[in-house]
Amino acid sequence: MRRILRSILVNSPKIVILLALLSIPELVTNLYVLQVMTFVGIYVILALSLNLLNGYLGLLSIGHAAFYGLGAYASAKLVMELKLPFLLSMLGAGAVAGAFGYLIAKPTLRLSGIYMTLATLGFNIVLFLVLQNWMGFTNGPLGIMDIPPPVIFGLVVQSRKGYYYFMLVLAVLTVWSMRRLIDSRFGRALVAIRENELAAEATGVFTTRYKVQGFVLAAFYAGVAGSFYAHFVKFISPDSFYINESFVLLAMLALGGQGNLAGPIVGAAALVVIPELFRFLQEYRMFVYGGILIAMMLFRRQGILGDRDYTLQLPWFQERPKAVYARGDKFLPEDEPSSSGC
Amino acid sequence: MSLLEITGVTKLFGGLAALKEVSFRMEKGEIVSLIGPNGAGKTTLFNCITGTNPPNSGSICFMGEELTQLPPHEVARRGIARTFQHIRVFGRMSVLDNVRVGNDHRGRTGILSALLRPPWVRREEEETTKRCLEVLSLFGERLLPRVNHYANTLSYANRRRLEIARALVSDPKLLLLDEPTAGMNPHETQGVVDLIRTIRDRGHTVLVIEHKMKVVMTVSDRIVVLDHGEKIAEGTPTEIAADEEVIQAYMGGRKRGVEAN
Repeated sequence: MRRILRSILVNSPKIVILLALLSIPELVTNLYVLQVMTFVGIYVILALSLNLLNGYLGLLSIGHAAFYGLGAYASAKLVMELKLPFLLSMLGAGAVAGAFGYLIAKPTLRLSGIYMTLATLGFNIVLFLVLQNWMGFTNGPLGIMDIPPPVIFGLVVQSRKGYYYFMLVLAVLTVWSMRRLIDSRFGRALVAIRENELAAEATGVFTTRYKVQGFVLAAFYAGVAGSFYAHFVKFISPDSFYINESFVLLAMLALGGQGNLAGPIVGAAALVVIPELFRFLQEYRMFVYGGILIAMMLFRRQGILGDRDYTLQLPWFQERPKAVYARGDKFLPEDEPSSSGC
Repeated sequence: MSLLEITGVTKLFGGLAALKEVSFRMEKGEIVSLIGPNGAGKTTLFNCITGTNPPNSGSICFMGEELTQLPPHEVARRGIARTFQHIRVFGRMSVLDNVRVGNDHRGRTGILSALLRPPWVRREEEETTKRCLEVLSLFGERLLPRVNHYANTLSYANRRRLEIARALVSDPKLLLLDEPTAGMNPHETQGVVDLIRTIRDRGHTVLVIEHKMKVVMTVSDRIVVLDHGEKIAEGTPTEIAADEEVIQAYMGGRKRGVEAN
């Protein structure tokens, strides 16, 4: 009983946020707001997946929209042509994106720094051109229309509210799984590679394998987001997955901060909501958008949340590893807050 | 069989021979110092052993196994850990996590098990943490109180200690220390000397690059001297201190050395 109570207290900030997100559709009847929130969700997944590469692994991928697009097209094709059930094709979309991620990662990760970055950009452009010109398969610039809504165990997701809840589940799953990945041997290896690849290698970390795994994983998440997008908007065309989309994702990371889980979420939310808020300015709203990005780079280069790691826990419940004081050390654990900010 | 057997190792950088036919062996439980003037090829030899920068020819045999073809992480898994001359800690990672990375090769947790977290993953994490804290406790009060701090907030000397801790946690059979006392004051230097002895007593063999003669003379069982990529002498500290060629290499000729004094 006390354990349950304690776990509720420990997780209370998470629970409050989750309850707030759950109750939004009940409180807000405006369907437009729900739609924007759902888009925030898509971009949260995309930004978090890119964050795995750019934030944690320290690579710079500037063609991430390619995997997003691959997921969208794969999912649409799987559902419409192969008549696969939706959830299966969503996983299939992730798998297709992940497989392409593997094919890209394997040769390009041998390249260092800027060359690998250019390879990702190149892949995005090539994919766009293929989607644009392969009339028989992708219907070219006309895109694929009338993509059926998601059917989950016989339940058809149709209303804005339904999409919102579905997205919420996906986004929470993404954050949850990322948290677990980062707090593991796997996540530590990624950060070690970012911080100093040579030292990581010399300590026994198989850097190439971790990098490929990270790349595949990031592509998988992006593919799942793409699948949701396809069945949410019900129309996909190559334009939605061009490099400008990749740069929007990069801007989200730059704005929110990368290398932690909270930054990309804040960045994604901000860059989806801001253009909507300034819609009354019509075309001029992109001035605001650009202005905010320039101001960020001038005044807070590391992003709103910077590069610290955050846990959604009240400070007095945060657990710290207890030091073992062998051999009669007189030193006792200090109480001052760690400068890492945890 | 020696623990480490280096035979005829040559490393060329373009036309420059950074190492020329270097050979020596190390026995288990020894502390061997590698000394020589700047540019003698000491760090290059470390890079050859660890696979970071494999040699052009020659053989490096570790416990009967050839290392020259292996990538660095494989060498590390065979039981060779190192520290770097220019500190390479993982700056934006906590001290504890830095050391945990040193234990990576022993872990079995992959992506799937990290997601599902079956009980053995938790046990593995606990064991890793325990092990890391135990290694950190070797450094007394230096690192333990700071386990949650980012490594880049540590002082210079503490970063060096952290590098050693990270290397030690993998339980290496051979530990390569590249100038562990660089930039340390005499008091801290003495601490490192004691530490190297402790490390040896824990069953590790140590090869150390060092410039401070006081450290070299007190800590080493044997000394290997390199100059211009060649081994010019090898022997106990007393032998080396009396070696004509070593003095010449360091002083640039006996006569000038005397004048300088």
